[in-house]
Amino acid sequence: MGLEAKNIRFRYDRRQNWILEDCNLTVNKGDRLALFAPSGYGKTTLAMLLAGYLQPTEGEILLDGAPLPLKGVCPVQLICQHPEKAINPRWRLKKVLEESGELREDVLDAFGIERGWLERFPRELSGGELQRFCVARALMSGADYLICDEISTMLDVITQAQIWNVVLSEAEKRNMGIIAVTHNRHLANRICSKVYDLSTKTFL
Amino acid sequence: MNQNVNTPLLEVSDLSVSFRMYDGALEQRDLQVISSLSLTVYPGEILAIAGSSGSGKSLLASAILGILPGNATTGGSLRYNGEALTPERQKQLRGTEIALVPQSVAYLDPLMQVGKQVDGHRKPRPTEKRRGLFRRFGLPEKTEKLYPFQLSGGMARRALVSTALLTDARLIIADEPTPGMSLDQALEALKLFREMADEGRAVVLITHDIDLAFAFADRVAVFYAGTTVETAPAQDFRQGPEALRHPYSKALWNALPQNGFTPIAGFQPYAGNLPQGCLFAPRCPYATEECHTTVPPMRQVRGGEVRCYHGA
Amino acid sequence: MRKLNRRTRVLLLTILMALILIATYAAGILIPESAVEADFMATKQPPSLAHPFGTDSLGRDLFLRTLKGMSVSMTVGIVASCISAVVAVLIGIAAATGSKRVDGCINWVIDLVMGVPHTILIILISFALGRGLKGLLVGVAVTHWTSLARVIRGEVMQLRSQQYIAVSRRFGKSSGWILTNHLLPHLVPQFFVGLVLMFPHAILHEASISFLGFGLPPEQPAIGIILAESMKYISSGMWWTAVFPGLTLVLIVLLVDRLGDNLRMIIDPYSAQE
Repeated sequence: MGLEAKNIRFRYDRRQNWILEDCNLTVNKGDRLALFAPSGYGKTTLAMLLAGYLQPTEGEILLDGAPLPLKGVCPVQLICQHPEKAINPRWRLKKVLEESGELREDVLDAFGIERGWLERFPRELSGGELQRFCVARALMSGADYLICDEISTMLDVITQAQIWNVVLSEAEKRNMGIIAVTHNRHLANRICSKVYDLSTKTFL
Repeated sequence: MNQNVNTPLLEVSDLSVSFRMYDGALEQRDLQVISSLSLTVYPGEILAIAGSSGSGKSLLASAILGILPGNATTGGSLRYNGEALTPERQKQLRGTEIALVPQSVAYLDPLMQVGKQVDGHRKPRPTEKRRGLFRRFGLPEKTEKLYPFQLSGGMARRALVSTALLTDARLIIADEPTPGMSLDQALEALKLFREMADEGRAVVLITHDIDLAFAFADRVAVFYAGTTVETAPAQDFRQGPEALRHPYSKALWNALPQNGFTPIAGFQPYAGNLPQGCLFAPRCPYATEECHTTVPPMRQVRGGEVRCYHGA
Repeated sequence: MRKLNRRTRVLLLTILMALILIATYAAGILIPESAVEADFMATKQPPSLAHPFGTDSLGRDLFLRTLKGMSVSMTVGIVASCISAVVAVLIGIAAATGSKRVDGCINWVIDLVMGVPHTILIILISFALGRGLKGLLVGVAVTHWTSLARVIRGEVMQLRSQQYIAVSRRFGKSSGWILTNHLLPHLVPQFFVGLVLMFPHAILHEASISFLGFGLPPEQPAIGIILAESMKYISSGMWWTAVFPGLTLVLIVLLVDRLGDNLRMIIDPYSAQE
């Protein structure tokens, strides 16, 4: 049960090498797992597979024993490293948030999102502020699992701590499962209960 | 360290940079992004610049090299080796005396093999020295024959760092050199910068990997909203908040995952919407009436400089 | 007062250009037929204050005739480039979102249309449809969509690979919703700029086809017809019958071209902050 990756292998093209081989993982609701590996070990690819952005070449991704739903709001949501790429630059931020569902005041307050920002365009805000919108948007969709792919790598440490503190308390409140991809050992230890090293395929 | 330690190689005093921007469709106004920024860099040291994005770190690098975009105006003074840095002098010095490790991997020429462009136009070509650098960075032999699009982000970053390390520049400005590198590679890069500094050159290391900066730098300058709030020996940052002078520096230290992971509330103010007094006052727990109305001057406190009325 | 900034200057210039074009067009429509009727008392007159462009062999005032001709040509240009631009957007989107085979097929057609000289293609189509206004419109419309279609195809393909589109899908949005909310708003500026830049080509082709006798009938005072008529008299020294209508055509075409470039600069959010 939970979110499972079963014997996953992935490559973009027959002629290419495997980006990811024989990967097995399980995360239950309420678990917090950190994926840790140097660059080039397919961390981002695995994150995209788990959230259904890519389909595995072999093996399967299961959510509570069934394949990830392709239609409707996906219960597994991905948040990525560069918020400016995950937001349509021509939309006002209010529309960005509403794409995932109803605005929720409590989430906005938790992230310290000022109401005035909602009428602005993405390029008027900094990366740290945009990342708050991406995380808030994912939380408002009512997701059960969050895949966080280096979400704070481009941010300063204060913003990093601000965002993670909110994510952790929301996760606690709603019993969400969290997979955090990071290359920062200290951060991994701080936010997760288990740390999995993708390069050696072992728990640390 | 070098003997001429007391004559600064680079002096930035009271620098300001503003951009003429369109505000709405047709109205233009000036946005001040750097204000009263002061820094000194001595030969033989690594000065780390820490601060969040939007605090003006990369703009400082552009201002020193004279490569700001056309709609920017600057104020204050820049001095290199005791003489004023005029635009002509910047043009003459950049690439020879002053080298930049650019932030973006997009600075590589997409149509040129990596080895060739790292060697540059120098005669004779420093091929052997460059291969040595590549080996130290763990870049495979075949890397020199590859084109930039074939490199991963970390590999490209290491190639960029090699470019600066190959020059005989006396001042190296590295703008975020480590993202995308593994911890080992980042440590190797910083070790190389350390060696260059020990040869008597000066390194300005702009980074937001502040724990690495704390470990390798001699001094650290903390930027906030386009100005320097504190410059202090790196030793103080390794020690902890009690040794630091400015409340923002303390907040940075406390927010690190290995320390408290406790953030302060609020956001860095925007250029064009800056508070009247101390730029940090709206988020500062110690702010008083005075802080909200007048900008505090730079003060000498315990061997460091701090822009705060209360820092002690 | 400080110097006007670049964007304001461009905007003022654009408005001025648009006004000139509209005035030309309106003048052509408002001039009554009676003003350009034959007047055998005043044939073959060189330019004068009464007749700024001179008169032709039937004594018709060439200035008024040129204006009328220009507005006929502009009508053809506008209608043809509108049709063309709509076709371009539809085909561009189809190529970018359809299967590989659809894309290949459309690219092949684009190459084909671009490869054949436009004038020949328009003559063939116009001839096949029995000349006249209809043949000309279809001919010009069918030949001018290709480059804009390519731009739109590229734009859509690039948009499709954007992360925020993938995010949108994971929030359960349908393809139709994504098309109308994410894709189309990006394409609107491209569409308008493409449309305006297509217009001068369309006018020039209309004029040249009419000039060659495959377009509008001789009784319609299109610019191509005026120029074709002038050819008969140019050897007898009536230079003004060719020079002034020709210059007007070139001027209008250049004006529209610059208008398109200016529009692109105003609309493009990434243009320099100067």
